Amino acid sequence: MANFTPFEALLGGSILGLSALLFLLINGRIAGISSIVSGSFKSLANKPQWRWSFIVGIILAPLVTQPIGYYLPKHIDLSWPVVIIGGFLVGFGSYLGSGCTSGHGICGIGRLSPRSIIATIILC
Amino acid sequence: MKLFSAFIAGLLFGIGLIIANMVDPHKVLSFLDITGKWDASLALVMAAGLTIFSSGYFLLVKARKKPLLGERFFIPERQIIDNKLLVGAIFFGLGWGLSGICPGPALANVLTGDIKIFVFIAFMLMGMYCARLLIKLTQNKVAVAQIVE
Repeated sequence: MANFTPFEALLGGSILGLSALLFLLINGRIAGISSIVSGSFKSLANKPQWRWSFIVGIILAPLVTQPIGYYLPKHIDLSWPVVIIGGFLVGFGSYLGSGCTSGHGICGIGRLSPRSIIATIILC
Repeated sequence: MKLFSAFIAGLLFGIGLIIANMVDPHKVLSFLDITGKWDASLALVMAAGLTIFSSGYFLLVKARKKPLLGERFFIPERQIIDNKLLVGAIFFGLGWGLSGICPGPALANVLTGDIKIFVFIAFMLMGMYCARLLIKLTQNKVAVAQIVE
């Protein structure tokens, strides 16, 4: 457990939970990132704009954390096959399973949804 | 207003991922690898996130008929545990266990500017598209089978 960082984990996790809670309370939406990403390609009639706003928010987050000393990794230290196969499986699996770590792991388990509890046990 | 609150929620989400260091694939992999030098940090991320979300859900959200902005809650109602869910979760787990990147951290890492994150996202989108095709195909097959019967 050389890299155990309990303080950052609890703080970061609380902020993640708060984000998901506020999003549901204010916008009425589940903060499930895979569904937000796949739904962002819907036609304008389906009003995907809120999904784009959420995505832009995530992307710009490093600009807020940099001044307080939390950074992105310098580079993504993974081999090409891992990047390609991993990316494909993550996308394929989250669409088929209707959710990822955030949607099932936080929002689903948090609502005590049996589907999400099963899915999270498998994906871990 | 709704777009602004979605932006703030996304921003907070990204901040949480970065502070918890879930944006570092190796941090995530060391959590998923329980046989080696297991790093339990991510279990705490999940525990803290669940505590906040779940208490807020049962105390605040459930008491309301509709969200502060917007006409209704969009909450998945499905309860059935089907093959799609199980197979999807297995594939997702394999991809996450291999790369240490799930969709949220993939987006939060865009500003690293590393080409690998863009390729990851591109293949993730391709995976989603293939899953969508597969679901459509199997649905059509079921529909055809029903007609034939």
